Amino acid sequence: MAIATRAPAHAIAPAPEQAVRHRSRLNINRLGLWLFIASDAVFFGALLSSRYYLQGVHTPAEVSQPLGLAITVVLLLSSVSAYRGETCAVHKDQKGFRRNILFTILLGVLFLGGVAMEWTFAFEHFPPHTGFGTILFVTTGLHAFHVITGLIALVVVFRLGRDGRFSHGNFWPVEGAVKYWHFVDVAWMFIFPTLYLVG
Amino acid sequence: MAFLPLIKGVVFAAIGFLLGASATAGVRTLMHLDAWSIEPVVTMGYVLALVGWLLGIGVWDYWAREWLGLKPKEQVHIGWTRFLRFNTDHKVIGVQYLVTMLAIMLLAGLLAMLMRVELAAPGETIMNANTFNTTMSLHGIMMVAVAVATVMGGFANFLVPLMIGAEDVAFPRLNTLSYWIVPPVAVLLLATPLLGGFDSGWTAYPPLSVINASGQLLFLLAFLTFGFSSILGGLNFLATIMMLRAPGMTWGRLPIFVWSIFAAALISLTATQSVALGLLTVILDRVAGTSFYSAPNGGNAILYEHIFWFYSHPAVYIMILPAFGIVLEMIAHFSRKPLFAYKWVVGSFLLVVGLSFLVWAHHLFTSGMSDYLHLPFMVTTELISIPTGMVFLSGLGTIWQGRLWLRTPMLFALGFLMNFVIGGVTGIFLADVATDIHLQDTYFVVAHFHYTIMGGEIFAIVGALYYWFPKISGRMYAERLGVLHFWWLFLSYNVTFIAMFWVGILGMPRRVADYQPDMAGANLVVSFSAFVLGASFLVFAGNFLYSWLKGPLASANPWKARTLEWQTSSPPPLENFPSEPAVLGSPYDYGVPGAIHARLAPAGGSDGLTPQA
Repeated sequence: MAIATRAPAHAIAPAPEQAVRHRSRLNINRLGLWLFIASDAVFFGALLSSRYYLQGVHTPAEVSQPLGLAITVVLLLSSVSAYRGETCAVHKDQKGFRRNILFTILLGVLFLGGVAMEWTFAFEHFPPHTGFGTILFVTTGLHAFHVITGLIALVVVFRLGRDGRFSHGNFWPVEGAVKYWHFVDVAWMFIFPTLYLVG
Repeated sequence: MAFLPLIKGVVFAAIGFLLGASATAGVRTLMHLDAWSIEPVVTMGYVLALVGWLLGIGVWDYWAREWLGLKPKEQVHIGWTRFLRFNTDHKVIGVQYLVTMLAIMLLAGLLAMLMRVELAAPGETIMNANTFNTTMSLHGIMMVAVAVATVMGGFANFLVPLMIGAEDVAFPRLNTLSYWIVPPVAVLLLATPLLGGFDSGWTAYPPLSVINASGQLLFLLAFLTFGFSSILGGLNFLATIMMLRAPGMTWGRLPIFVWSIFAAALISLTATQSVALGLLTVILDRVAGTSFYSAPNGGNAILYEHIFWFYSHPAVYIMILPAFGIVLEMIAHFSRKPLFAYKWVVGSFLLVVGLSFLVWAHHLFTSGMSDYLHLPFMVTTELISIPTGMVFLSGLGTIWQGRLWLRTPMLFALGFLMNFVIGGVTGIFLADVATDIHLQDTYFVVAHFHYTIMGGEIFAIVGALYYWFPKISGRMYAERLGVLHFWWLFLSYNVTFIAMFWVGILGMPRRVADYQPDMAGANLVVSFSAFVLGASFLVFAGNFLYSWLKGPLASANPWKARTLEWQTSSPPPLENFPSEPAVLGSPYDYGVPGAIHARLAPAGGSDGLTPQA
């Protein structure tokens, strides 16, 4: 202590412009989710790279373009309703929040139904043990797994929201689930052209 | 009851396994497939067993209840039983990781001893070739886990929040989860011999890893699970270091160990996803009948080597960067001098992170990958010696004209410098395409990576155990035994692996249980010296076990070091510091008049702010 008072000012002066404050819990959560998304993006990047490594830009003519476009539109729309749901929660619009999140969940389930249709179709033309089938089943399958985890998060948020829990201002669960949903949607925006449009 | 959470975890895991296995068998019956085909049943059984284990051990009680709107239970923070529970205190998790990883290290070391018994003489001595392959593969993957998680899980957990003046990490429950994922990994690996072992080495290249015994599947599941733990850990440390630094702890004042963890965490957050995909695709080829690696159906085994090394080469920097951090930390404190070229070291760490993603294909020089890739990957690989060289020069510059305090941790830091320079220089011969074609897959490679990872990182880890033992346990180790351990290990280590370079240059292939009779003499030297090396760890284990129970009590700051972890009691209290520290200057300004690292509120009566001469 005593020595501290003798120290030259420049040696002990804190640097206020750089001083680090404890960030709020919300900011920490946001950073954590972004880091997770960055990490998961590498997974999808490696997955899409293996398509080009193994199959080049070859896409079989039997791939159903209308179905691919339809499920892409469904997933894009679900991101819109998810965003509306989050905004309603922030504006304390309980009814709008519930309606939009429920709609998002339904669109998500519809998307999964579309993928299932694609799978039954793919089993006939390029089953999983063929070159393109391997890529198609594994890529859509792993993406569908992400969709399912996103749906679970949305269902949890929807249930919690029913008790009016988000009227107190802690919107993080809603924001987190919706951000993750957007990520799953963006991942599909890369998967769709890679599986359907190239070649 | 102390073991109740563990028992609950095991019971839930068993229920999960039965559910997953029978559901899979049911679905397979409906699909007119062989219902109890072992690999699909074990895979799905394991996935649910893992979920059951985690829920049982505490994820449900202390966390998941929230998701259904219930209140989570209160944690137990006192008594030794907290080490057997779901506990979010970063110091508890650090100790859990350290103890687990040291146990795995000793076990994997025993496997190495068995290999050296087999290789002491040509021909079959104690085990057949298949057993040797499984022994070798298990030694490899267990030591890789030790090299990744002892620092990133153990030391980083215990020390990073203390060093930056935080109460805990950014996501304490995620942190706990990432530890409790580890025991199932150990169980799976130890169970591999029950299903025929695995003979692929820790790299698990297809097509072998797609068609061999089912022990391989357990290995793949174990590695994949461990990857999750590594990703979650990396995420947690990045968020912690970015968000929870005490006031005044600017990026330029971070202890160098914290910087090294930050750099390593960047790699483990991102690159690990790549190996996860590699392992998953091999599992799918085995279990779901896809053909990523089946050439007749359009697969290509080289793809795996690319994906695998896109993680596994950066992974060696997950191992060595924190070791650099530890060693520079100890060198600065024991040389009683400011850390030389601090900013250059930080830049070097980040440069290593960047370059680490651009070098992977040097593992594929002899794999049949396109020739035009040889030159660029040779150049990027050799470039990495620039930042590592700068780290090395920082160590030397700090020692230069310092008044060295040669206690055990400092001896290990100096040993690290000696060993790592040999590991680094021999790496050039492997990065260079022309010499690599001769040396690829010989014992030269084995000796090289043992010089970097064992002579490098393990020396740093052992030094760090001596250095932070008083802080972690609150007791002092026996110094004379520590010095004895250092010289014993250092000498036997160097004899073992220098001789291994020699048999490698002669062309002895690695991962083979037998060799040409004319190499018998050199191999006997390696084996004998390896046993001496193994025995040195008895001194180490005895010293720590005895000291933890009966050693003299340690003071808060036995090394008179300036970093924050030494300014609180040994071991630190639950909340780490009596109040939030205010950081005022660099942690390394030894001998700078009036310089102060941090000021702590006087509540604890700590004199941590007294500058150390």
